[in-house]
Amino acid sequence: MPAPSIRASRLTSNHIGIALLLGVAYGIVPFTGSEYLLDAILTPFLALALAAVGLNVLTGYAGQVSLGSAAFLAVGAYAAYNFNLRIPELPFLVSLLLAGLVAALVGLVFGLPSLRLRGFYLAVSTLAAQFFVQWALTKFGWFSNDNPSGVIDAPTLNIAGIPVSGAERRYVFSLTIVLIATFLTVRLLASQSGRNFIAVRDHEIAAKVIGVPLLRTKLLAFGISSFLIGIAGVLWAFAYLRTVEPAGFNLDRSFQILFIIIIGGLASIRGSFLGAAFIVVFPLLLSRVGAALLGNVFDSGVLEMSQRIVIGGLIIGLLIAEPRGLIALLDRFSIRVFRKPRHANQQPN
Amino acid sequence: MKIFKPFRLAAVASAIAIASLLPAKADEQFFPLQSYRVGPYAAGGTGFFGGFIDYLNLINIRDGGVNGVKLTWDEGETQYEVERGVEVYERLKNRPGVAAWNPLSVGIAYAMIDRITKDKVPLITINHGRTDSTDGRVFPYVFPLLLNPYSETSGIVNYIATREGGPEKLKGKKIVVLYHGSPYGKETIPIYKLLADKLGFELEQIEVPHPGNEQQSQWLSIRRAKADYVVLRGWGVMNPVALKTAQKVGFPVDHIVGNVWSNSEEDVIPAGDAAKGYVAITTQASGAQYPVLQEIIKTVYGAGKGNLDDKKRIGSVYHNLGIVNGILNVEAIRIAQAKFGHRTLTGDEVRWGFEHLQLDPARVEALGAKDLFHSINVTWDNHEGDGRVTFQQWDGTKWKVVSDWISPDWAFLRPIIEKSSTAYAAEHNIKIRTSDDAPLSQ
Repeated sequence: MPAPSIRASRLTSNHIGIALLLGVAYGIVPFTGSEYLLDAILTPFLALALAAVGLNVLTGYAGQVSLGSAAFLAVGAYAAYNFNLRIPELPFLVSLLLAGLVAALVGLVFGLPSLRLRGFYLAVSTLAAQFFVQWALTKFGWFSNDNPSGVIDAPTLNIAGIPVSGAERRYVFSLTIVLIATFLTVRLLASQSGRNFIAVRDHEIAAKVIGVPLLRTKLLAFGISSFLIGIAGVLWAFAYLRTVEPAGFNLDRSFQILFIIIIGGLASIRGSFLGAAFIVVFPLLLSRVGAALLGNVFDSGVLEMSQRIVIGGLIIGLLIAEPRGLIALLDRFSIRVFRKPRHANQQPN
Repeated sequence: MKIFKPFRLAAVASAIAIASLLPAKADEQFFPLQSYRVGPYAAGGTGFFGGFIDYLNLINIRDGGVNGVKLTWDEGETQYEVERGVEVYERLKNRPGVAAWNPLSVGIAYAMIDRITKDKVPLITINHGRTDSTDGRVFPYVFPLLLNPYSETSGIVNYIATREGGPEKLKGKKIVVLYHGSPYGKETIPIYKLLADKLGFELEQIEVPHPGNEQQSQWLSIRRAKADYVVLRGWGVMNPVALKTAQKVGFPVDHIVGNVWSNSEEDVIPAGDAAKGYVAITTQASGAQYPVLQEIIKTVYGAGKGNLDDKKRIGSVYHNLGIVNGILNVEAIRIAQAKFGHRTLTGDEVRWGFEHLQLDPARVEALGAKDLFHSINVTWDNHEGDGRVTFQQWDGTKWKVVSDWISPDWAFLRPIIEKSSTAYAAEHNIKIRTSDDAPLSQ
C-alpha cells in the first residue's frame, strides 16, 4: 500500500505554487484559452478530477475498492436534473448540493456490504451499484421525465440570475466548484476522520483495537466519496456534455476513474488531478500528433487502434517504473531539480 | 499539474499551427465527420462513413465539386461515445466552411442539438435521431432525414397490414416487439401502443438487455404468446442472435420483421441459415447495380480512392445509406448555392438548402439513384421529408426487395410529434418558428 501523503498545511512554498496555479487558472486561462481548450479539455478534466478525488477518499485513503463510481456520477446528474425540473424555484447551487446528498445516500446504501466484505469481494459487490443504478434509470421513465429515449438535456444554468453559458463561464463555474470541494476534502482528510480512514485502510483490526469506529468510518468514507462523485456527475452533465443518458455512465466510466487514481497516485489529491489530466489530455494529444504525422497514410480506425496500444504500453511502463503513480514521479523529479529537504522527508517508502 | 503545462501549451500551439496550415480557401465546403471505425458498432460506422466519403469523392473527381466548390472532410474517431463526439465537435467546429454534421449516433446527436443551434449549422440524423426534431418549427437546425423512428414504426405496421390483406385484418393479430434495452430501443414504445389501440392488434413489447447475446427466455415467451409477427428492433450482435434463437424455438423467420438498424448484411450473415427468409425495412435498397454506385466503382475505386477496404461491402446496406446521405447533403448544398451563389456557404445557408431539399423521383433518377431510394420532400417545418420505405428479404446471399415503396401514416404521426416538440419548446423557452422566420434567421 502506498504511503499516506496528506499534505501538511504549513508548507508555504506549496502555497505559493497553488496560488500561482490558481492565478493562471482564474486570471489567464479563461481569457486566453480557446473554446476547444475550455469546453473539450479543461471542463471534462475538472469533472473527472473531482470524481477521482471522490474515489480516492474511498479507495486511496480508506482502502475500500469500488467499481461503482459511474453509478454515483449518474445519480448526481439525474438528481440535479430532477430537482431542477420539478422544483424550479430551487437555486441551482442548492440542487447541486442536494444532488450530492442523494448520491451520498445511495453511496451509504451500497457501502453497507463493506462492513462484511473486503478487497475483491467488496469490489464485486459495488458492481451491484453500477448495474442497479443504470438499470433503474433506464427502467423508470420518471427519472428522465418520460423522455421516450431516456436521454435528457440539461437546461442552461443560472447562478444568482447570471446564466452560466459560454465556455468561459462553464469553465470558471466548474473550477470554483471543484476547488471548494477539493479544499473541504483536504481539510477533512487532515482531521481525525481522515486519520481514521487511513487506520482502517492500513490495518482494520488494529484500527478497531485502538478505538476507531469501523462502521462509522467506512460509511463516512462511502458517503463523502459518493457525495463528491455525485457533484462531479452534475458538472459532467450540466457543464460539460449538457446531455445525459444512462449508457454514458457504464462500467467503462467506473474503470476510467479507477485508472485515474491508480495512474495519478493512490491516496493523493494532487495525484487525482494529475491522473485526470493524463487520462483526458494524453489520448487527445496522441491522436492529434498521430493524425498530423500519419493521417494521410492510415484511416482514423487504424490510428485509434495504435493509440490504444501506445497508451496501454505507456501505462504499463509507468506503473513498472513508479507503482505509486504520476505524483510520486513528479515528487521525485522535483527533489532532483530543487533538492528540497522537506520533499525528502515525505519519501519514507 | 505543473508537468503537464508544457504539454498543454504544446497541444494548443500545435492546434493553432494545424489550423493556420489550413487557410480558408475560397471555394471549399467542409464536412466534419464524427466517424466510428473501432468499437462495437464499427460495422455500421465504416460502411456508412465509407459510403458518404465515396460519394463526396465522386463529386470532387467527376464534377470538380459542387459547381466548382470542392468538398473536403476530416474524420474524428468517436467509437460511438458521446463525449468523444463532443470533443470532435469542439475541435472541428471552427474550421472554415462547415456544411453540416452527420454523427450517425443518437447520443451524440442529442448532445449537439444545443451546440449546433447556437452555431447555426445543420445536424443531419438520417433514419434515426430524436423523433420530434422532425418539427422544423422548434428544431430549425436538426434534420432526421428520410425516416424518423415513428415513421419507421408506422411503415412496419403498414407493411404487416399489407401482408395480412389490409389494416382491418390486423384486428386480433398478435405482434411482439423485441427491442434493444437502450435509449434507441425504447424510443418507439409509446408509438407502438398508440398504433395497437388504433388498429386493434394485440401488442407485447419485450426488452432484450444490452448487448443481447442471450435471448432464450424472450423467445420462449414469444412462443408462449403465440405471436403472429415479431418486430426486431435490434442493434449489433442482438440481431443475429435473435434470428438464431428464433430458429431454435421454431418461430418462422419470414414472420420476423427487422427495423432499420436490423437490416444490414452484418446482421444476417452471422446468423447463417437462420436468416434465410428474414424481412427488414429499409429506406435505401442494397446492391451495386444502380448507376451512381457503378460510377463510384469506376471513378472512385478505379482511381484507388475508395474508402472501403473490403470491396465486397460495396453496395451493402450501410454503404448505400452513406451514399444516399452523401446525395442528400450534396443536393442541399446545390439547392442553397442556386439561391446564394456558387461559393462556400455558411451553415445557415446550408440549412436553407436542407429546408428546400425536394428531390422527386425524376430528380433521383437523374442522380443515378433510381430504385436506390424513392424521393424526399423537406420543407421548413417538416424536417423528415416524407421518405418512403421498402422491405427487403434475405435470400441467404443477398437482400431482395419484396415490396413497393410504402408511405408511413404521416397524418396520424404529425400531431403526436408536434405535441412532443411544443412541450420541448416550452421547457426550453424556444420561440416556435413561423414560415416568416424560415428564410435565413438573422
